[in-house]
Amino acid sequence: MEKIFGHPKSLVDTKTHYCAGCGHGIAHRLVAEVVDELDIRERVIAVAPVGCAVVAYDYWDFDCSEAAHGRALAVATAIKRVRPQNIVFTYQGDGDLAAIGTNETIHAANRGENLTVVFINNAIYGMTGGQMAPTTLLGQKTATTPKGREASLQGFPLKISEMLAILPAVKYIERVSLHSPQEVLKAKKAIKQAFVNQIDNVGFSLVEILSPCPTYWGLSPRQALDWIRDVMLKEFPLGRIK
Amino acid sequence: MPKKILISGNEALAYGAIHAGCRFYAGYPITPQNELTAYMAKCMPEIGGIFIQAESELAAINMVFGAAATGARTMTSSSSPGMSLKQEGISYIAGAELPAVIVNVMRGGPGLGNIAPAQSDYFQATRSGGHGDYRCLVLAPSSVQEAYDFMQIAFGLADKYRNPVIILGDGMLGQMMEPIEVGSGKLKYSPPKDWALTGCKNRKPNVVKSFFLKEGALEEANLKLQKKYKIIQNKEERYEGDSLAGAETIIVAYGTMARIAKGVVHELRKKGKKIGLIRPITLWPFPRKVFQGITARKKRPVFLVIEMSYGQMLEDVKLSVEGRARVEFLGRSGGGIPTEEEIIKKIKSL
Repeated sequence: MEKIFGHPKSLVDTKTHYCAGCGHGIAHRLVAEVVDELDIRERVIAVAPVGCAVVAYDYWDFDCSEAAHGRALAVATAIKRVRPQNIVFTYQGDGDLAAIGTNETIHAANRGENLTVVFINNAIYGMTGGQMAPTTLLGQKTATTPKGREASLQGFPLKISEMLAILPAVKYIERVSLHSPQEVLKAKKAIKQAFVNQIDNVGFSLVEILSPCPTYWGLSPRQALDWIRDVMLKEFPLGRIK
Repeated sequence: MPKKILISGNEALAYGAIHAGCRFYAGYPITPQNELTAYMAKCMPEIGGIFIQAESELAAINMVFGAAATGARTMTSSSSPGMSLKQEGISYIAGAELPAVIVNVMRGGPGLGNIAPAQSDYFQATRSGGHGDYRCLVLAPSSVQEAYDFMQIAFGLADKYRNPVIILGDGMLGQMMEPIEVGSGKLKYSPPKDWALTGCKNRKPNVVKSFFLKEGALEEANLKLQKKYKIIQNKEERYEGDSLAGAETIIVAYGTMARIAKGVVHELRKKGKKIGLIRPITLWPFPRKVFQGITARKKRPVFLVIEMSYGQMLEDVKLSVEGRARVEFLGRSGGGIPTEEEIIKKIKSL
């Protein structure tokens, strides 16, 4: 009998530290499946962020580097420049990529570094206990916006993907979501495209993934998926941005 | 026959780094070290190396982190305010035990200070300027020739100990031109780097990290670092001693300051004064043993520490002397450099 579904070789068979209903586990698996399908496990070098996915290197079974908070794309830039034969990607959350690391993000994109970026947008800081992220929605209650985010005080949700899309050296940006099985399949397709682009030397490719954080959204895992569909998508519409 | 060239200190640092096998450089413009960056921009592409003008000092040092993680010989450079920004990355490099060389062509501070030569980043360099219990090896060249030569030593030490090495110069050294002899550019020491990130072909995956969350894991990692630092302290002290035998007064100075002090020592010795010089070459590890030897003598000299700062290396001299001899101080900072006249006046007052 032909085996058509199994545990990805690039994913370590272990329990993760993620909360129930968290999207990171799904996103990690999608990356691992893509790496296996493209047969690039022995060429891949991942750069893990600071945030909930800080120990992603405990879950992926290929070479990984840590990076200081926000600096993943500076670290990845150097790795790829020194070793262009490798496939280098960063995995970063919204705080990492779009707050403390905005400068590194914009300039790596503007240089057109031939990198793949997996960007997890869950509109919150999870690791530190549910503070406002740059992508937190207006009205969304967090530890640091107890009355909800107010535009006049905290500004608007930052659409970093749309901002990056205007840069001429950026080649591919797509926003996907993990809120349903269909959307998960689309997310995998986008991640694969971002890796294929690097293999083909196309240039800077980023996939923004809307990902549930039931714990700090104060919702059940099921409600969190619905919240993405009913609320988050209005601010962050899905599809190809560039 | 070795080649002889006329070159500035900043360019000699870059030239020396390239001859020591540096193939990745990232930097951000700041005076008075810009000639170094420009030299790298011109030469790196010619030899198949990589030059990146980073968007910030933070990006530059974290690029160095990435390049070092692949096993490449890598460097960044800056001057005082920029070095403050690099401290985050240096702490990570030390924690992840990556080899890298960082040049600081010091200028006046605090804050934006000015662009005149200074030595006021001594504490930052020798005491771990970033967070956490770590140390960087610190080398202090005193001439343009040493700016070139010390690069070979710096990259060798960085690889040997998997540790960041700081070259601590100053604006005077960076800007002045001197004739120097240069070598062939052959690597003297480059150990295998089986820990580097190259893709996990035919081996288990490698991870480069400084994060140890499990109970007891960080303490274990830190004890390993401390063990390494102890070995470095025992084996890597470097200094130049001048006229130390029978000296009743010993000046202690490093870098540019040591050159001025040397002039004073030679002039006063001609006049019959028993005076010598200790020039620390490694600021960390500080050359304690020479002080311990001298202060074990029956007749102990007076030490005069001279700095282009207000008593930073002074603390290391006092820690080395351990109260066994008198330690005096002369220092200026913020653009002021102690002159030969001021030094002679101070010596007469001792």
